[in-house]
Amino acid sequence: MKYKVIDGLKYTKQHEWARQENSIAAVGLSDYAQDKLGEIVFVELPDVGSEVEAGKSAAVIESVKAVADLYAPVDGKVTEVNEALLDQPEVINQDPYGEGWVFKVEIKDEGQMDALMDKSTYEEFIIKEEEEE
Amino acid sequence: MTEAKKTPFFEKHVALNGKIIDYNGWYLPVQFPQGLVEEVHDTRKRATICDVSHMGEVSVQGKDAEAYLQKILVNDISKVKDNSIIYSPVCYSHGGVVDDILIYRINSENYFLVVNAANTDKDYEWFQENSFGDVRLQNLSPQYAQIALQGPDSEAILQEITDIDLSEMKYYRFLTDVSVAGVNSIISRTGYTGEDGFEVYCKTDGASALWDAVWDAGQQKQLSPAGLGSRDVLRLEASLPLYGHELSEEITPLQAGLNRFVALEKPVLFNGQEALQKQKQEGFSRKLFGLEMLERGVPREGYPIVVDDQEIGWVSSGSYSPTLDKFIAMAFIDPEMGKQLEEVNILIRKRTYRAKITKMPFYRRDN
Repeated sequence: MKYKVIDGLKYTKQHEWARQENSIAAVGLSDYAQDKLGEIVFVELPDVGSEVEAGKSAAVIESVKAVADLYAPVDGKVTEVNEALLDQPEVINQDPYGEGWVFKVEIKDEGQMDALMDKSTYEEFIIKEEEEE
Repeated sequence: MTEAKKTPFFEKHVALNGKIIDYNGWYLPVQFPQGLVEEVHDTRKRATICDVSHMGEVSVQGKDAEAYLQKILVNDISKVKDNSIIYSPVCYSHGGVVDDILIYRINSENYFLVVNAANTDKDYEWFQENSFGDVRLQNLSPQYAQIALQGPDSEAILQEITDIDLSEMKYYRFLTDVSVAGVNSIISRTGYTGEDGFEVYCKTDGASALWDAVWDAGQQKQLSPAGLGSRDVLRLEASLPLYGHELSEEITPLQAGLNRFVALEKPVLFNGQEALQKQKQEGFSRKLFGLEMLERGVPREGYPIVVDDQEIGWVSSGSYSPTLDKFIAMAFIDPEMGKQLEEVNILIRKRTYRAKITKMPFYRRDN
């Protein structure tokens, strides 16, 4: 696999990842997504305390050439945002699963997390998407 | 839609892992693995090679060629010498732009025009409709490949593989029938990046050999490939207009600030003259200005310019500028407002971001 996919995280079809710790999920962009997008130069974060909805845009990530929505993987209230990205959005390119996290959300419905893809399913999903390109 | 076309360099892009897109009916690389930002830096610091074979080429020959060009061009061709190039918009009678093109004068009865890829067919029809007397037009686009070699090391690289003395070639000059590594080529000192550099044309059958020769000659100078993405950013940094953004059927060259290429006082009638003269006297509602973001945000084409809740214009091109490490844009703004105001707001999605009005070009190379 050309792209890094990490075990223990959950993935969406729009290439977000979610890392659960107790009732909170940290959310970011997968390595595949950051690679496709190219050099990220701008991030628009959600407001802390705002409600995000699964499958709806929660943040905006912009590369030099493209504007991409980051969709919330689950419903819930935003508990924290990664303000460091405002000045250094390129961190998403450099460390998409670590320092490049975008926001944290309080999980309302565990079932939504369970329904997301695990590592191997997501890897297959990427391979399929690459083939279709 | 018909299947997009491949340029003679398609296999080179694939071998270099270029990300291929369909650009106006041409399969071309938008970027290479080093990324758009590095491609911009490489072009400014060293040199890059870029496939611009999608550009169209039209031959204009005949006893009336000069008179004909004087009629269809808004710039004045009469002062152009052999082996020199001039830039000119081509206008409709209402002053809107058919295309902006380069005119290579081989001699007074033989010219080589270079037109925008997406406009090639439209232009050629327009050229034919306006033709008169002894003028022979030929659309050479399918026969030619074109490489843009841009950046401060361009001369040294190209000099490795040609016998002509490139240091003698001034900006906007060209030579035909030049051997570049044995391939019969046209070399011109032109470009669309704001850097020194060359554009090299050859017939498609010599294209592969030409590319390889330039590539090999460039290796000791760390020549790298550049895609369309960086080309667009480079031209924006240099404030060069792009048809469909800063120029169009609805935008005149005067609005785009191209006054020095509009020879209003030319002693012969030309297409668009009356409309442009009138516009110059009466003024217009939108003019091109340069903007630099004061807050982090990416200004993109079509975003509204807002002042006191009033829309006073739009962004025509915008991007992150790797060279300046700033976010920059060209925008059409009410000319009075543009002159008076120091700052405007750009509406990006739901909120406005501050930008200051700034001089263009954003970037100018040191000589």
